[in-house]
Amino acid sequence: MAKENVVVIGGGPCGIEVARNLRDLGYTPILLEQQSELGGHLRLWDRLFPEGVEARKVLKELTGDLKGVKWFTDVNIESIQKSRKGYTVNVDTGMSFQTKALVVTTGFKLFPAENKQEYGYNIYERVITNADLEQYFHTRKDPRIQNPKTIGFVHCVGSRDEKACNRQCSKVCCATAVKQASEIKELFPDAIVYCFYMDLRLFGRSYEDMYLTAQRKYGVRFIRGRVSEVSEDIDGKLFVKAEDTLLGKPMKMKLDLLVLMTGILPGDSTKQLSEMLKIQTGEDGFFTPRDTILEPCMAKDGGLFMAGTCTGPKTIPETLSEARAAAIQVHKYLSK
Amino acid sequence: MIDFGYTLSKSGTLKIENLDDSRFKALHKLEPDAYKCINCGSCTASCSAGVFTELSLRKILLSLQRGEEKDYINQLQSCMLCGKCMLVCPRGINTRHLILSISKIYNTVDR
Ligand code: SF4
Ligand code: SF4
Ligand code: SF4
Repeated sequence: MAKENVVVIGGGPCGIEVARNLRDLGYTPILLEQQSELGGHLRLWDRLFPEGVEARKVLKELTGDLKGVKWFTDVNIESIQKSRKGYTVNVDTGMSFQTKALVVTTGFKLFPAENKQEYGYNIYERVITNADLEQYFHTRKDPRIQNPKTIGFVHCVGSRDEKACNRQCSKVCCATAVKQASEIKELFPDAIVYCFYMDLRLFGRSYEDMYLTAQRKYGVRFIRGRVSEVSEDIDGKLFVKAEDTLLGKPMKMKLDLLVLMTGILPGDSTKQLSEMLKIQTGEDGFFTPRDTILEPCMAKDGGLFMAGTCTGPKTIPETLSEARAAAIQVHKYLSK
Repeated sequence: MIDFGYTLSKSGTLKIENLDDSRFKALHKLEPDAYKCINCGSCTASCSAGVFTELSLRKILLSLQRGEEKDYINQLQSCMLCGKCMLVCPRGINTRHLILSISKIYNTVDR
């Protein structure tokens, strides 16, 4: 008997893991990815918190075992029809796929840092993002990073900010900032590194150890105050304004490099699919599952499943766990 | 009273349970956002008057919430109502309006 197809939309870590698990459960997963390579944001990252595992190693593990998965890159979804028999997914290469169960793993996008003009990304020379810094850790090439002596990390860029139209916390950027602050100190031991935060959200197992190491081993200076604005002087040095709220004193400081911890927003295809499939979304734009506690991987509509960061910010292990859970839910649904 | 040549210093502890918050409640009615502040300090860091004076909207607001406004409320006199704090507030508080309401309720301006 021919194996049953299951379409998975989005070829990041989540979609890959859903597909691999569906394959193990006896299906033929059809994994559709918009970009020219599988892997999503994992491709752009160097190391993962808390232990600093190499992102590429994780990606290799995931993509190294795709036997039995039919995957397609460079495809865009043109339309999806729903009938009593399930879904027909039509893509721009002319192909179309039938599936009784449809899994959506469209992920997130990083907040576009240039939208927060007061921080000067793409305006001032030495302002970079968390994603730029990961790229630098990997390639060691970035003209904006020239042996910096003073470095600042700005938490909550595009998160917890009504002005950026995102009230929510992105959850992973505090841990990322602590990780990156330690890593950059490793590269530039003489540099003074500051983290400007409103609240430090280090929620996971052993994340607190990462924080302790940043304090004790690397001497990262944590300042409880949000950066309110940045300007540049004639030599390209950055002037940063914040209040040290614990001391209760406004401060102005000169920095050689500023790293913006951009937050997590729903991916563009999340929006596109929510319109196509009429999937309910919250005010934040992420998909709303049938039940956020008991059925986090199911949409209201039977046959439609979702996993990973298309339902909100998550760490990689959380995403992978949810991917496996979604695969089991699909299997249960199709076995009925 | 016998003068022993010294005075007892006032307790510095915050008397949070005996707090008289009638005025803050009145302010909250006028300004539903009065409790929304997360003390991020952006307003104080960007304040046009804060460079020259002690003015800190964050501290004023917090002191009002704690019923400890005496030491802070006069700072408002240096406010120029420029509205810079409003531009930077991540909680989207209409700080300019809030400042005016504080002045009204706590009588910091002559009427
Ligand atoms: S995780 Fe930290 S940096 Fe990220 S949005 Fe939440 S509080 Fe801000
Ligand atoms: S409105 Fe007043 S408190 Fe706000 S920034 Fe201007 S001077 Fe400072
Ligand atoms: S900017 Fe807004 S949230 Fe931040 S301390 Fe000032 S009033 Fe509070």
